[in-house]
Amino acid sequence: MQFYSRRKKLIGNSQTEQLYGHCLQFYGQPPIENISLSEFETFAVDRLKLLKTVENLGVSYVKTSELYTKKLDAEFSNLNFPYKIEADDWKPQTGPSEYEKRRKDHISHFILRLAYCQTEDLRRWFIQQEIDLFRYRFNDLPSKNIGQFLQYNNLHYHTISIDEKKKLMDKLVTSSFAVSGSTVDGKDFYKVPFQDALDLVRTRKVYLNGGYVYIPHQDIVTIVLNDFRTRLSKALALTARSLPAVQSDERLQPLLNHLSHAYVGQDYSIQKSIGKISLEQIDPLSAKSYPLCMRQLHRGLRDSHHLRHGGRMQYGLFLKGIGLTLDQALQFWRSEFVKGKVDADKFDKAYAYSIRHMFGKEGKRTDYTPYSCMKVILSNPPSQGDQHGCPFRHSDPELLKQKLQSYKVSPSGISQILELVKGMHYQLACQKYFELTHSIEDSGFSLNHPNQYFMESQKLLGGPGAGVKVEVKREDNPEVAAEITEDLDSFFQDA
Amino acid sequence: MTTADYDQASLPDLLPLYYRRLFPFSQYHRWLNYGGVTKNYFQNREFSFTLKDDIYVRYQSFSTQNELEKEMQKMNPYKIDIGAVYSHRPNQHNTVKSGSFQALEKELVFDIDMTDYDDVRSCCSGADICPKCWTLMTIAIRILDRALRDDFGFRHCLWVYSGRRGVHCWVCDEAARKLSVAARSAVAEYLSLVKGGDETVRKVVLSDPIHPFITESLTVVENYFSQYALLGQDILGSKEAVDKVLALLPEDVRKKLLQYFQTEKNPEKRWDTIRSMAQDKRMTAKKGHYFEMEIMLQYCYPRLDVNVSKGVNHLLKSPFSVHPKTGRISVPIDLRELDRFDPFEVPTISLICEELDQPKTEEEQDDNMENENKKEAGERRKMRDYKRTSLAKYVKLFDNFLEEMAHSRKGEVLKNSGECNLNP
Repeated sequence: MQFYSRRKKLIGNSQTEQLYGHCLQFYGQPPIENISLSEFETFAVDRLKLLKTVENLGVSYVKTSELYTKKLDAEFSNLNFPYKIEADDWKPQTGPSEYEKRRKDHISHFILRLAYCQTEDLRRWFIQQEIDLFRYRFNDLPSKNIGQFLQYNNLHYHTISIDEKKKLMDKLVTSSFAVSGSTVDGKDFYKVPFQDALDLVRTRKVYLNGGYVYIPHQDIVTIVLNDFRTRLSKALALTARSLPAVQSDERLQPLLNHLSHAYVGQDYSIQKSIGKISLEQIDPLSAKSYPLCMRQLHRGLRDSHHLRHGGRMQYGLFLKGIGLTLDQALQFWRSEFVKGKVDADKFDKAYAYSIRHMFGKEGKRTDYTPYSCMKVILSNPPSQGDQHGCPFRHSDPELLKQKLQSYKVSPSGISQILELVKGMHYQLACQKYFELTHSIEDSGFSLNHPNQYFMESQKLLGGPGAGVKVEVKREDNPEVAAEITEDLDSFFQDA
Repeated sequence: MTTADYDQASLPDLLPLYYRRLFPFSQYHRWLNYGGVTKNYFQNREFSFTLKDDIYVRYQSFSTQNELEKEMQKMNPYKIDIGAVYSHRPNQHNTVKSGSFQALEKELVFDIDMTDYDDVRSCCSGADICPKCWTLMTIAIRILDRALRDDFGFRHCLWVYSGRRGVHCWVCDEAARKLSVAARSAVAEYLSLVKGGDETVRKVVLSDPIHPFITESLTVVENYFSQYALLGQDILGSKEAVDKVLALLPEDVRKKLLQYFQTEKNPEKRWDTIRSMAQDKRMTAKKGHYFEMEIMLQYCYPRLDVNVSKGVNHLLKSPFSVHPKTGRISVPIDLRELDRFDPFEVPTISLICEELDQPKTEEEQDDNMENENKKEAGERRKMRDYKRTSLAKYVKLFDNFLEEMAHSRKGEVLKNSGECNLNP
């Protein structure tokens, strides 16, 4: 990846058309021109915003639904990325041209590769969003352009002859739900090595013979996606190896680091409005602005004057995230535990340490971040006697129903929530809980973090926990960092 | 008599004899070397040994056939497992920078174990097998072998008796050896129809459309069903067995059958009725009802352990290894004689060691003279030795398998060099 150090001559129009002859690409070739630092930064941040949108929409909507597509269309156009192939306007009236959009798409992808190649987690996230993005854009291509795309990218998926189709007619029809006799007659079928279509093989959704699967034209997207995933995965591994050379460039290092931290989105780790919440406010806040998981934990703590480790971690970090100081936290937990079986001495010896640990004041001094919804839902499931976890995921539906009834949620609201739970849309269920308890139609955000729930609720109610600005950790180079963090700050606020 | 009264306690005496005079090292090396096409393929292969007193050693590797022989003759392993071909010599893996030592290739393998069928066989359970339930293995081999060949295009599948209660399949095609974890998992899932553990009653659920793979598999099952299930396992005989079958059916069908079974006691007739009821339902109802097929599959379709097939680095018992509990040798199975294969006729280590002591026949003395000039004394003796025992025909089978692979490799080379292979 040396595009920022090679000299480049001016490129004429015909060459540019060749370079970006298709609105969709596999990102096989890195860009080879000079760009300014500010363009570098803008491109990267814009693409990151796009990928974050892709991630959020993917949680809230089915990835091929109309609503999803419409929302993503809007984001594309806002951020000036290419998305409609008919837009062959090389010289538009206003805004960037199609060529410029495609160039941005190309360059920004490669910049983000630099930021996201370093760890397994980062790679996995980046690949997932780029795949979803690619799928959305590929599905948008009219069918003649698909053939063009395949050819352009040397994907040798051969169509089978009419004779072969006739011979295999029965088999093709019985292998796939979506394939009827007329489909076989009318559409092209591609013969693809089975290794390139594992998802279809695994679920037996396709005819397999002699090591090849026979795929109707409309399903070729799965194949192309697999190809894309493999290529990108390999490329990222290669990128990671040449990263030291890139990182030695001091202009880029801070930005790349910030970009890779951004993937978790707002992590609510540092609060500018620390101490805006007083301990007396916690009880009423728990009823008004806590997500169900935290409300449950708070209730459990108040009732039994104790919480087990999992609960202390989940709730303790949440409290840090809403703005409690270390002293407040210590006071809060001690006062509760002391009402139970723990005396003040024992508390100081056994529990205070772990609270200080949460705030990064002990041990290796990692500043632990409050758990996101994904973390609460997927890791450390609660067992008997535990209060942590996600009630929509981990509670028995009957118990969940009772709890919601006791919190005065309407019967129709409860059934809506239970439907979502049945479909395993736990975050959507919590979002619905938000909407019902705040008496609004549309929450206006995609829920992925308990502290986000709290903040959004406080924003709505005009409470003290709202308007919290997140500060990004600053790196050693203050000038560059200052420039960069301004942009990144504003980005984070939109998340 | 084929068992010659095997006793596990005699292994320490029998194993040295086995590894010195009977184990087919030359063929074994020929197999794992795969024509020497890839450099260090044999050298980077992991073996693991289980020694006396259950001592288990991993990451064994060898530079040559000779080294393999010497080591095995020194250690006399009770069990031998074969693992993956790694990026470096396994016995040097500690010297490799962490993260660089990777499993690169391995045969695609399947392990069918009779204990996985305990819920549907009434004759035996656990580690026991008998001629009646062995049919399940026959069915499994037929179904899977067909699928691996026809559907996946694999041509070199070695089926091996595990030595006690199951069979293994080693798919040795180059394409198979290069499969990723995801691909292996996908192949195993494609081949899986019976899903669920103890708490699942109905383990096979079919819906429209019925994939050609299922249709083909059913054809095989149908060939054996009457003899194996209705007669041998008597699944529609006793009340207990019948109840198990009925539990898989829709409520209304079950009620009708309970009544019908009060008068009709003949299992074949009972089955015919279930069949025709299913067919009738398919004519009238909108949704597909395939319960007669589901029953056949639940009772007969192969149950494989996906985890064994998924991992590139998974270790599996080696062919020609001894099973310590039964003494039987893990021998290749001849698919041309599959229906006649009898696990109780498979030679044990005690038998073949005993056969070694038999005086030579006239035929063998003639052979000796012929081969006198050809090879070194040691190898000559070894060749003669296993040939004198019941192990001979299994080594021959293995030879044929290796010959076919060599032939394929030659074909590939010719193809790649642009010439055409006139001998298909």
